[in-house]
Amino acid sequence: MSQTLPPAAQAIVPVARAPAVPRRRSNLWTVRAPISRRAYWVLALTGLVTPLLLWTVLAAWGGMDATFLPAPLQVLDRTWTWATETGLMGDMGISVYRVVAGFLLSAVIALPLGLLIGSYRAVQALLEPLTDFIRYMPAVAFIPLVMLWIGIGEGSKIAIIFIGTFFQMVLMVAEDVRRVPAAQVEAAQTMGANRRELIEKVIFPSAKPALLDTLRITMGWAWTYLVVAELVAANSGLGYAILRAQRFLQTDTIFAGIIVIGLIGLVTDQLFRLAHRRAFPWLYLKG
Amino acid sequence: MSTPTPSTAGAQQPKVAVRGLYKRFDGAAINALEHIDLDIGANEFVTFVGASGCGKSTLLRTIGGLEVQTAGELLVDGRAVSGPGIDRAMVFQHYSLYPWMTVLENIKFCRQLAAHTKDRTSSDVEAASGRADALLRLMGLQNVAGAWPNQLSGGMQQRVAIARALMGRPDIVLMDEPFGALDAQTREVMHDLIRYVHRLEKATIVFVTHDVEEALYLGQRVVLMAPRPGRIDTIYDVPFGDQRTQDLKHAPEFLSLKRDILDRIRETSGMKTDLEQLQRLSGATAETL
Repeated sequence: MSQTLPPAAQAIVPVARAPAVPRRRSNLWTVRAPISRRAYWVLALTGLVTPLLLWTVLAAWGGMDATFLPAPLQVLDRTWTWATETGLMGDMGISVYRVVAGFLLSAVIALPLGLLIGSYRAVQALLEPLTDFIRYMPAVAFIPLVMLWIGIGEGSKIAIIFIGTFFQMVLMVAEDVRRVPAAQVEAAQTMGANRRELIEKVIFPSAKPALLDTLRITMGWAWTYLVVAELVAANSGLGYAILRAQRFLQTDTIFAGIIVIGLIGLVTDQLFRLAHRRAFPWLYLKG
Repeated sequence: MSTPTPSTAGAQQPKVAVRGLYKRFDGAAINALEHIDLDIGANEFVTFVGASGCGKSTLLRTIGGLEVQTAGELLVDGRAVSGPGIDRAMVFQHYSLYPWMTVLENIKFCRQLAAHTKDRTSSDVEAASGRADALLRLMGLQNVAGAWPNQLSGGMQQRVAIARALMGRPDIVLMDEPFGALDAQTREVMHDLIRYVHRLEKATIVFVTHDVEEALYLGQRVVLMAPRPGRIDTIYDVPFGDQRTQDLKHAPEFLSLKRDILDRIRETSGMKTDLEQLQRLSGATAETL
């Protein structure tokens, strides 16, 4: 940090220089150090573009059969024909409907149930071991039973997505509720809150930000069960399209379907984050 | 000045009466509280000190109705305590404010509860809003009334917590190391503030701390508790009157009483033997070297 000052300035500045501060290396490799916005975007784009480049290179010069690895442009082309000719929008619509219906159904039951499990030890003792037991059961294995009980209509697809998400969701909601600081609850008790007021005015509002995060994460899981759900006698939907393409070895369609699901997930996730920022502004204060 | 007097409540009924109180937590081998006898008078400011594990917080929480004793009697105004009540508000060390509410909403929280709004007349509502304003001014929070708690410093957050506890006009304010997480300068300011509040509000204050200076500066009596099992060791009457300033903390009689209490805490906590052991150990190491 040597700096030449004009003669006049040199006269004013005391001779003794401040001890040289050892230059620190950039923050990139300091544990938990913040990085600049620019660095963030450069890295994020690198992370997204590099695999795409590798894919392009591998498809073009890797000597691979297009059946195994279609080129990105081929996938894009396929997506375009799917969108314009073979009803991508319809497939997306029905899949979004199934996922959202299954997800909402499980949220509507899991939120109050998890709130009770997290608030009352007795309900926890009654229901948590059972939930823990069921959540390890593979959702796929329920397909024959679901077909037997519910049939092969829309209900069965929604049911599979419900089974895949509900049990995890209950446990996560209960955990969110248990994480409400004891002091918040006890302060309300000493101010005279009754049981109902404790849950409605303290525990639920306090857990809300964590609950929305839980919904965001379980929404992702609901999407991963889509393909499984559309194994059940479906004749439309993104998962179904992927399964059918598998039968005819249309790898480009498989790629297209996977990428479309990924993009829908990305958009949903960002919407949840936006809602989080809007609904809980006190968590995003600067300074 | 260490006269172990079990009670100085006088002729009238004590505000809080603890009689032969025991507390043992599930699965614990030692009583958390063992045979506690204590009277706390109306409008008294009593502080509790003691080594960690002496049960001072447990006793406070039992008075607050947040813990239930294993045996013995706990009376407030002559009536047995059966849980938390609006006559006993509690202030915690931290994490007790509601981050989704502004400062003013936090202070007025009890107005949302049925227990405080049974007779909801318009004059009642008006009085409450006047009370909230008065508390904002008393605590120096006028300028941050619309802020969120996590925009405030730790000291300001505790002011909000105290104001919120006072909002419902409790007879007794129970404080569990409320300034334990604050820096020394902020704590000094809070000490004078809470003493002022005590005079103004005519509330009984029961204050738990691990800081002997704080206990002596604030308390009219200092109750020293000892651990394993948790029990009352000594009760000190603090002879400094009610007009106290920060200078008192450097007065010889203050310092000597502080030293007495500190020595007694060390004796009861077994820290002295730890030190001896350490010296013996370092002596042994010196020999082997």
